Amino acid sequence: MRRRTLLIGTAAGAAVMGLAACSEESGGGGGGDGDLPYIAIVSKGFQHQFWQAVKTGAERGAEGRATITFDGPATESDVEDQINMLQSAIAKSPAALAFAALDSRAAEGLLQQAQSQDIPVIAFDSGVDSEIPLTTVATDNKAAAAAAAEHMAELIDNQGKVAMVIHDQTSGSGQDRRDGFIEWMEQNAPDIELLEPQYGEGDQNLSANITKSILTSTPDLAGIYGANEGSAIGVIKGVQESGKDGDVVIVGFDSGQAQIDAIESGVMAGAITQDPVGMGEQLIEAALKAINGEELSATIDTGFYWYDADNIDDPEIQEALYE
Amino acid sequence: MSTTTTGQNETDQRPATGMTRHLRAGLQQLFAFAGLILIMIVFSLASPVFFTWGNLVGNMLFSTVVIGTLALGTTFVIITAGIDLSIGTGMALCAVMAGNFITTMGLPWQLGVVLAILFGGLVGLVNGLLVALAKLPPFIATLAMMMAADGLALVLSNSTPIYIDAETAGGFMQLSTGTLIPRVPNAVLVFVVVAVIAGIVLNRTILGRYTYALGSNEEATAISGVNVTRWKIAVYAFAGLFTGLAGVLIAARLGSAQPAIGMGYELQAIAAVVIGGTSLMGGRGSIVGTVIGALIIAVINNGLQLMSVPQEWQNVILGAVIVASVYIDTLRKRAASST
Repeated sequence: MRRRTLLIGTAAGAAVMGLAACSEESGGGGGGDGDLPYIAIVSKGFQHQFWQAVKTGAERGAEGRATITFDGPATESDVEDQINMLQSAIAKSPAALAFAALDSRAAEGLLQQAQSQDIPVIAFDSGVDSEIPLTTVATDNKAAAAAAAEHMAELIDNQGKVAMVIHDQTSGSGQDRRDGFIEWMEQNAPDIELLEPQYGEGDQNLSANITKSILTSTPDLAGIYGANEGSAIGVIKGVQESGKDGDVVIVGFDSGQAQIDAIESGVMAGAITQDPVGMGEQLIEAALKAINGEELSATIDTGFYWYDADNIDDPEIQEALYE
Repeated sequence: MSTTTTGQNETDQRPATGMTRHLRAGLQQLFAFAGLILIMIVFSLASPVFFTWGNLVGNMLFSTVVIGTLALGTTFVIITAGIDLSIGTGMALCAVMAGNFITTMGLPWQLGVVLAILFGGLVGLVNGLLVALAKLPPFIATLAMMMAADGLALVLSNSTPIYIDAETAGGFMQLSTGTLIPRVPNAVLVFVVVAVIAGIVLNRTILGRYTYALGSNEEATAISGVNVTRWKIAVYAFAGLFTGLAGVLIAARLGSAQPAIGMGYELQAIAAVVIGGTSLMGGRGSIVGTVIGALIIAVINNGLQLMSVPQEWQNVILGAVIVASVYIDTLRKRAASST
C-alpha cells in the first residue's frame, strides 16, 4: 500500500516537472519586473524557426523597455490551444497584447474581452478579422505570394502546370499566400495551369508525401510552390525522393537551413523571406506606442525579399534569414 | 511476410478447437485484405498512374513507414487492452534524441540510432511502470506521457530543429532514402523487416503469448502464476522500441530532428490498428491486420491525392472507411457468435 502511494507521488512529481519545463519554454521575463510595462505575445507556435526569430527580435526590441512573455502552441493547427494561451495572457492583465492568429475568427470574443479591459491589442504576422487590433504588424503576404508567382512564371517561361502545397486553409497567412499566388497567375499568366491547392499542415513529412503524389499524377509538372518553411522542406524532400531534382522548379517561402541548402545546391530556385527579426522588433515598437497612447497606422508592413543563389549572401538578405 | 500470416491466438480462453480459431483469424485478415484490394482496384481504374511500381513502392509504401512502425508497437499494447497515446510525440522526442546523439554529441550515427531506439524503449518502460505498477489507466498514463514527451522534445532541442550533417553522418539519411535493393527505398525495407519481427514476437514467443493472455483475461493469467505486472511492463517497453525506430526513420527522411512534429500521428497509428481488426477490448489482433490497416490508410490518402480530391474530403472519406471497416467487423463477429 505504502509503496503504491510513493509511486503515485513520483508520477505526480514527474508531471509537475513536465509542467515546469513547459512554462520555462514559454519565454523569459515573467509577469512583473518593477516598472517596465509587460507585453504578452501569443504567437502561432514553435514549429518553425521563424517564430524563434520573431522572439529574438521581440527580446531585442524589449530590452530595457518592457518585459515580455512569448507563448505559442506546439503546431500551427492547434487553434484551440492558442485560444487558451490567449485567454491566460489576458488574465494576466498585460499593458499590451500582441497576437498572431491561427484562426482569425476564433479569437474575436477574447479580443473583445481585452478591449473591455483596456488592453491595447497589436496583431502580428497575419491579420485578425476584427476591428479591435490597433494595428497589424505583418508581411503583406498577398504581395509576397504574388512575387513568388511572378518569379515562378518567369522561371518556367510562362507555361506549364504548377502545384501548390499550402500549410493550412484557416489562417490568414495560409489564405493570403494561396490567394496571392493564384490571383497573380490568373491575371498575368494565362498559359500556366494551376492544380488544386493541397494542404500539408506545415508538416514536412506529410507535405513530402503530398508532393510525391502530385508528381506521380502530373509527371509533366513544371513548378511547385511551398507556402511556408515546413511545406517547402516537404516539397524539396518529395521532389528529391521522386528523383525529379532539376526537372521541377521549386519556389519556397521563409527560410531555415534546409531551404538555404536547397537553394545553394540548386534544387530550389528561390524563396520569399519575410523579415522575422524586424517583425519582432516592430511589434514591440507598436505595442510601446499603443501603451503611450500614440496613434498607429492600420498596418505596419515589415517587408519581404526574394532570395536565390545570386543574392543569398547579400547582407540585407542574411539579416532576414535564419537557419 | 509469410511468418506473420497465421496470427493465431494461442491463449484464447474460449473452448474453440484449433481449427476454427485458425479459420476465424484467417477470415478476418482475408476480409481486410479483400477491402484493401478492392480500394486498390477502384484507384487503378480512376488513375492510370496509381498501379505503377514508383507510386506503389516509392510513394504509397514509403508514406506508410512512419505510421506503420508506430502501429506495429501499438498493436501489442492494444491487444493487452491498453492504449498508447504517447507514440506520436514520443516519436518526436526519440527523433530529437537521435539528433542529439549524432549531431550534438557527435557519436557515430549507427550508435545514435541504437541509442534513440533504446530511448524509445525507455519511454515505453515508463509508460509500463505507470500502468502496471502505479495502476494508472493506460489512457491517462500515456496521455500524460504524450504531453511530457511533447514538452521534452522542445526542451531537449531548444525548440529548434537539429540538422544531421550529411558529410559526417550521410549513412543516417540513407537509412530512409537509400536503396539497398534497386527501386525500393530502405525505409520500406526496414518496415518490412520490423513487421516480420513483430509478427514473430507476437506469434512465436512467450512475450506474444502473454500479450494475448493479458488482454483476454488478466486475472486468470495472474492466477495461473504469471507475473502480470512484469509482463505488462515488458509489453509497453517493447512497444516503445517501435516508437524509437519511428523517430529514427522520420529524422532520417527529413535529414533533421523536428521537435514539434508528431502530434496526431498516434491517432493515425491507432486507426491503422483498429482497421486491421485488433480489438480495443484486448485479447484479439494481429500484425498482418495492422499492416493491412496501415496500407488501407496510405492507399486512400495516396489515391485521393492522385485524383486531386480536395484535402478536406480526403479526411471525411478516411473517417467513413474507419467506421465501415470496424462496423463490418462487428457484424461478422456477431454472426460468428450466433451460429
